[in-house]
Amino acid sequence: MDMGGRPLSPHLQVYKPQLTSILSILHRMTGVALAGGTLLLVWWLIAAATGPAAFNTVQMVIGSWIGRLCLFGWSFALFYHLCNGIRHMFWDMGKGFELPTVAASGWAVVIISFTLTGIAWVWGYMSMGAF
Amino acid sequence: MSLQTDLGKVRGLGSAKEGVHHWWAQRLTALALVPLVLWFVAAITGLAGADIGLVRVWIAEPVTSVLLVVLIAATFHHMQLGMQVVIEDYIHVEWLKITSIVLVKFASVLLAVAAGFAVLKIAFAG
Repeated sequence: MDMGGRPLSPHLQVYKPQLTSILSILHRMTGVALAGGTLLLVWWLIAAATGPAAFNTVQMVIGSWIGRLCLFGWSFALFYHLCNGIRHMFWDMGKGFELPTVAASGWAVVIISFTLTGIAWVWGYMSMGAF
Repeated sequence: MSLQTDLGKVRGLGSAKEGVHHWWAQRLTALALVPLVLWFVAAITGLAGADIGLVRVWIAEPVTSVLLVVLIAATFHHMQLGMQVVIEDYIHVEWLKITSIVLVKFASVLLAVAAGFAVLKIAFAG
């Protein structure tokens, strides 16, 4: 396309990574990760509809250490994408664009995501009777 | 030969008035998913380690079945819209870009129908 030889904005790599850019790309990465995570949801539902043998297989995979590790990652990704998505909604309404506000909401998203992930896992282990 | 830039030629010609549809659908599904996901995660966390019988009883409750079907529809629509944008941003080989988008759209429908069918089967057939 003919851009009339106008200057282009500098490319991504020249910028120093900062909270805003890291959280921005993390929103995308968690979104893509969650798209993969939907496969587990579908598998779980189909197994529940199929029968005990199929369901036990899913439970075994989820219960293994690697299954739990994936589930932990997915649960954090879900909470992060949810919280940062709400942050995006405020921006869509034209609110919270001041730099200090953007930094504060960014840190809030990080802290709330970790907190919710922690609560969910303690709650999960509690309902399994672990403590 | 015109000295106008490509942007200059199309500027002011107006749009098809559908430019925000993708953006709007992404936000609407996102908004719906906020309470749905919180409900689902809370419910599923309480079911950690539960056997198939308990899980089926939970899924077969009318409120659960309805909310699950809505959650599935919103999730896969939202997923498909988001993946489309990611593909459009990072894949610049035209045929690969189009193929990937078509595959993502087809896969999301297939997964949504499979998940929804599983919920309805449990709801109606136990």
